[in-house]
Amino acid sequence: MSNATPEITLSARNLTRRFGNQPVIHDVSLQLKRGEVLGLLGHNGAGKTTTLQMLTGCLLPNGGTIEICGIDLLHSPTLAKAHIGYLPETPPLYRELSVNDYLTFAARLRGMKSAKVAAALTNTRQRCGLEAVGKKIIGTLSKGYQQRVGIAQAIIHDPAVIVLDEPTVGLDPTQIREIRTLIRELGDAHSVILSTHLLGEVQSVCDRVEIMQHGKLIYGDTSARMQQFGQVSGFIISLRNPPALSELESLPGIGGIEQISATQFRVLHAPDNNPSGALLSLAEQRGWQLEQLTPLQATLEDVFVKITDEKNTERATT
Amino acid sequence: MMRLIALLALRELRSLFAMPSTWFVLAVLQFIFAWFFLARLEAFLEIQPQLAQLANAPGVTATVAASLFNTVALLLMMLVPMFTMRVIAEERRNQTFTLLLSAPLSGRHIVLGKFFGLLVFLLVLMTGVPLMLYTLALGTHLDHGLMLSNLLGLLLLTASYIAVGLYVSSLTTQPIIAAIGALAVLVGLWLADIGSTREDSPWHLISPLNHFQNFNAGLLDSSDAAFFVLFTAVFLLLTMKRLHNNRIYG
Repeated sequence: MSNATPEITLSARNLTRRFGNQPVIHDVSLQLKRGEVLGLLGHNGAGKTTTLQMLTGCLLPNGGTIEICGIDLLHSPTLAKAHIGYLPETPPLYRELSVNDYLTFAARLRGMKSAKVAAALTNTRQRCGLEAVGKKIIGTLSKGYQQRVGIAQAIIHDPAVIVLDEPTVGLDPTQIREIRTLIRELGDAHSVILSTHLLGEVQSVCDRVEIMQHGKLIYGDTSARMQQFGQVSGFIISLRNPPALSELESLPGIGGIEQISATQFRVLHAPDNNPSGALLSLAEQRGWQLEQLTPLQATLEDVFVKITDEKNTERATT
Repeated sequence: MMRLIALLALRELRSLFAMPSTWFVLAVLQFIFAWFFLARLEAFLEIQPQLAQLANAPGVTATVAASLFNTVALLLMMLVPMFTMRVIAEERRNQTFTLLLSAPLSGRHIVLGKFFGLLVFLLVLMTGVPLMLYTLALGTHLDHGLMLSNLLGLLLLTASYIAVGLYVSSLTTQPIIAAIGALAVLVGLWLADIGSTREDSPWHLISPLNHFQNFNAGLLDSSDAAFFVLFTAVFLLLTMKRLHNNRIYG
């Protein structure tokens, strides 16, 4: 093995896991490259947390292999775990310790030399916005700060793989934005894998997404491509003085039209033939008094529902 | 290996001393120890004239120190579970245990780190006892051999109780259950020991408090010491096994 960090930092193959007789994870394979943020997306109970626990060595899989930076996690756990930083769903904070004491402990625990700890502490506190609270007792901090301390302990030893289980749950919108920016930054130099049930999170921070349902990975692609997956061509138009529905229906290029309210219409059209321009000039000519025109946007929610539904119908037919 | 165990033990101590409740317990216990010490001393001063007439009468060390150590040994049975209940059960409940599980450590490090952390803490908690007893040296002559054998016995007894407490703590995520469970085991062993009248009953053999009696009387028997080492090791190994099983069964 060369000294340079391998391109693939985490590779899990055919992971399975049962609790008692109940299988919860079936045949999950994941790969993560350096500089990549992977989102593990799924409803509650889909098996995201169980998968992450296995990837961090907290839970042993019933089958499959996990390699962290080329080291087998199941055969040499202590070596492999030195390259992992893990933030579980509930941050593992010793509430009675001060932020500095706690982070120092976390760094030493991962085998960091005492000489390097001070610099790592300053650097991490600055990255996570914890400069002002170093001497405070963790239990007295707000939820948002506690979450940041949780992230700080996961990155203080500069691990190759950072695993974050629902990192923005319970935070307010400003904190969510800050944490997402931080995750994005971390993704540049490390590999990050995060679980979430928020589609917006995947959209804003992840390079790649894997969708999980009932313990299986059902879809994996770049998050940009996933957005195109269920693209809808259409717009919502508001007219203060609308004509009859039939008049609009008969216009060229309109695939389907539906009246939402007295003044609002949802218009669908073919992807390559957008009639909005023609419609605007007509509205001006005939005095329909255009108020608003909003393109329909395919949200990740639509994509997600579409993919899971597709899988469900597939299963129903077979 | 040693570095990690020391790190974990220090963290345990730091957490304990960061909690106000610990200081409260420390203060109350010093008061209780002092109370027992003074009560023993007063009793000794009352019967001293009668003792003086006996040939080979027990000295101040045997009457005051040994009986005080015996009381402390009994109190430990209730004290140790109060502190061991936190270490694994509460960490699992608060989810802080995940930090240790995902760190490059083995179960051995975790268990030994917690064991030594608690051992140091309980020794600190009990330092008041020998210090009080050594104040007697100002006015009289103390039997240092008897003192040392008692101190050694108390150290071994504490270690064995902590090992039991750790194991019970690893079985549950409810600290209260861990405390009551450990108390039940320790008191159960003691009651079975004092309850069986037959001299050769096996209950005498497996009771830590029974093995402490020889140390208490100033008898250093290597079989007693070996018992404590084995007893402690068995429960520490069971705890490590249990932590490993937690990773398998979730």
